[in-house]
Amino acid sequence: MGGYILKRLLSAIPVLLGITVIVFAIMTLIPGDPATAILGSYATPENVARINRELGLDKPVVQRYFIWLGNMLTGDFGTSFSLDRPVIDEVLERFNATLVLAGTSFVLCSFFGILAGVISAARQYGWADKAITFAVLLGISIPSFFLGMMMILIFAVRLQWLPVSGMYAIYGGGGLVDLISHLTMPAIALSVVATGVIARLSRSAMLEVLRQDFIRTARAKGVGERRVIWRHALRAAMVSIIPVLGIQAGFVLSGAVYIEIVFQWPGVGRMLVDAILTRDILLVQGGVVFVAACYVMFNIAVDVAQSLLDPRIRT
Amino acid sequence: MRLMQWTRRGALGAAAGAALALGFAFPAVAQTPPGVLVVGQIAEPKSLDPAVDTAVNDFRILMNVYDGLVRYKSGTLEVEPALAKSWEISEDGTENTFHLRDGVKFHDGTDFDAEAVKFNFDRMLNEDHPFYDTGPFPLAFFFSAIETVEVVDPLTVKFTLNAPYAPFLSNLAYPTGLIVSPAAVREHGSDFGRNPSGTGPFRFVEWRSNEAVVVEKNPDYWDGAPPLDAVVFRPITDSNTRTAEMLAGGIDLMVEVPPVSLSEFQNTDDYTVHEQAGPHVWFLILNAKEGPFADKRVRQAANYAVNKKALVNDVLEGTAEVAAGPTPPAFAWAHNDDLEPYPYDPEKARELIAAAGAEGAELTFYVTEGGSGMLDPVAMGTAIQADLEAVGFDVKIETYEWNTFLGEVNPGLEGKADMAEMAWMTNDPDTLPFLTLRTEAWPENGGFNSGYYSNPEVDRLLEEARVATDQARRAELYKKMQVIVHEDAPWVFVANWKQNAVTSDAVKNFQLEPSFFLLLDDVVKN
Repeated sequence: MGGYILKRLLSAIPVLLGITVIVFAIMTLIPGDPATAILGSYATPENVARINRELGLDKPVVQRYFIWLGNMLTGDFGTSFSLDRPVIDEVLERFNATLVLAGTSFVLCSFFGILAGVISAARQYGWADKAITFAVLLGISIPSFFLGMMMILIFAVRLQWLPVSGMYAIYGGGGLVDLISHLTMPAIALSVVATGVIARLSRSAMLEVLRQDFIRTARAKGVGERRVIWRHALRAAMVSIIPVLGIQAGFVLSGAVYIEIVFQWPGVGRMLVDAILTRDILLVQGGVVFVAACYVMFNIAVDVAQSLLDPRIRT
Repeated sequence: MRLMQWTRRGALGAAAGAALALGFAFPAVAQTPPGVLVVGQIAEPKSLDPAVDTAVNDFRILMNVYDGLVRYKSGTLEVEPALAKSWEISEDGTENTFHLRDGVKFHDGTDFDAEAVKFNFDRMLNEDHPFYDTGPFPLAFFFSAIETVEVVDPLTVKFTLNAPYAPFLSNLAYPTGLIVSPAAVREHGSDFGRNPSGTGPFRFVEWRSNEAVVVEKNPDYWDGAPPLDAVVFRPITDSNTRTAEMLAGGIDLMVEVPPVSLSEFQNTDDYTVHEQAGPHVWFLILNAKEGPFADKRVRQAANYAVNKKALVNDVLEGTAEVAAGPTPPAFAWAHNDDLEPYPYDPEKARELIAAAGAEGAELTFYVTEGGSGMLDPVAMGTAIQADLEAVGFDVKIETYEWNTFLGEVNPGLEGKADMAEMAWMTNDPDTLPFLTLRTEAWPENGGFNSGYYSNPEVDRLLEEARVATDQARRAELYKKMQVIVHEDAPWVFVANWKQNAVTSDAVKNFQLEPSFFLLLDDVVKN
């Protein structure tokens, strides 16, 4: 087992190096440069050259790449010039906020998605199935940023039940209750589409399992319907549901970008959008590398977990 | 049926949980506390070090924490004393001596004096200064005319310029000229931007990244303590979210209200909409070097063909006024009030085009997707395209993201395009024409005259105005320049933006300034 984990970790190194090359190349190749972004209307060639020199951008590209890589290996991600603070501080803070939002949404969509899928499979063509199928179709069809704006209008502006935006109240904020009140709308808006997708796939996975012989056997033996559905069928269906959850986790993470903008959530997605627009090279590079590294580690963890369940994968 | 029982119980539980969470949430949706003004800003500030910042968004905070030697008189763009009580300018215009206010202290308790002034300018301009590395200082070139800064005595400081430079005083009133505490810079080094200390009406309390910058009343302010106890600046990038926060009572003052949201706040007593035209001009650069616009008649035709009133009223929903020439009316003393905007006259445009033989000319038009001061550039570009096609041009739009756009336009339009959108916001009537209309300002010389306009008379007037220290003489020169440029039509003069803001009914004594700065030292909130 230890050997397998080590092998996977070693294989991640070229992947991460590849990511650093790609993100560095993209930031170098896109038109527009940080000095122009900083100076705006005042970007005379003379001023641009001065700013580039002070930001260390006048050095050859290859040299810049290795300086950046070398610094990063020692834990120095550089300083963001659009925020004038260390890149790593900003990325960690923002990533934390994204994890709270995306994590909550992921729990919500997994729970309600599977629940809805199981219920509609158990009641195939019944009123519950029809209602859920309709709701799921609706949920999948509504863009999350639009849903977010509508929720703000209804629950924050008209009813004033929940705060419009941000992660904590500016005054008297902090604490779990405050966080939950700020998290409710963005987490729901972000989870709706994924809930629909998971519900659909859980329904079909369950229907397939429910047609199988061992279910008939269980029922014939007099096992209660509730036990048949939740213990026998769902456990078997989970084999095909879990990979869907993995994919949806990725969608939730990337969908968080829009939701973070609509709800002014201080997450890493919004940070990257702002950083790209201001050509904040080090912040974009550091942010992307950090997120990519986390994603690679997450995948390794998933593979290791799967190999624990199914030893055949290890070979 | 047991399945249904389970889900009913589950649903009940979930509903109870949700109700509990919501119930707890209600107190969090309180109105903002009295005496504390919450301002909805458009972005997270970069830094609170005035020498480092370049964005209007950051200036809105800075102007309340720091003072400069001079400032703009309320409601104008004319300079009046601030930290300097008075000043003298030598006969030849190169020596500027300032007499400083006595007894002023920085928020960190240290004295404001001539040494502090010298420290500020040396830090920005002198590469050997021990704190030059707290930069880069992108706008330091505003003061590149400064040769030396001398401390004459603790309350007198003398700036020697390498040549007479008329915009010097108004550059000192700009945020780049705000005075920071040398002791705080020595203590915090490059972290000064997050631990600012100035002499202004509010002093810094805390900066919670991506949430808020909080400043509180400076009870010892030399110009009288402000009525507000504190101000909270919240970054809310999305304009719809900012509008929603204003409607929900989460902020008291909102800047840069999008035109489509203005109606939410008009015709109600709960809000006040403020408007103020500023030193902004939105125009189309025309390529006067090659193609159809090399002919003055075709450039004038474009000015007649574009329906500026419709742009301002329909596309911008009244958030701008029609521009008459290159100098915005906000520079009241330098603006030529006799100048009338080109009227909308497609017939006249067609005649001029026919006379120049440019019927059906193909035009490449650079449009940007956004950008500082660009208002609604895509919608405006499309409307302008329609107007120009109506008089017989064949207009092809190319759209670029803002920084890419600048990278295409600033090096000049030659060989690429016939026209491009552009907007400028400046603090002195000298800046824009000097950098964009002189022959010496063609892109190959490092200027922004991307359309290659050239008129020796305009060159002469601008050179002379820059070194004239008498304001009346400068005004005369600028007014002459505007008449010539209006006639030569190197640009299509389109709009002067009116900055807007909304305040809730709890906020009193607020007014927008033509400088587009946000000054909160007189504001009251109940």
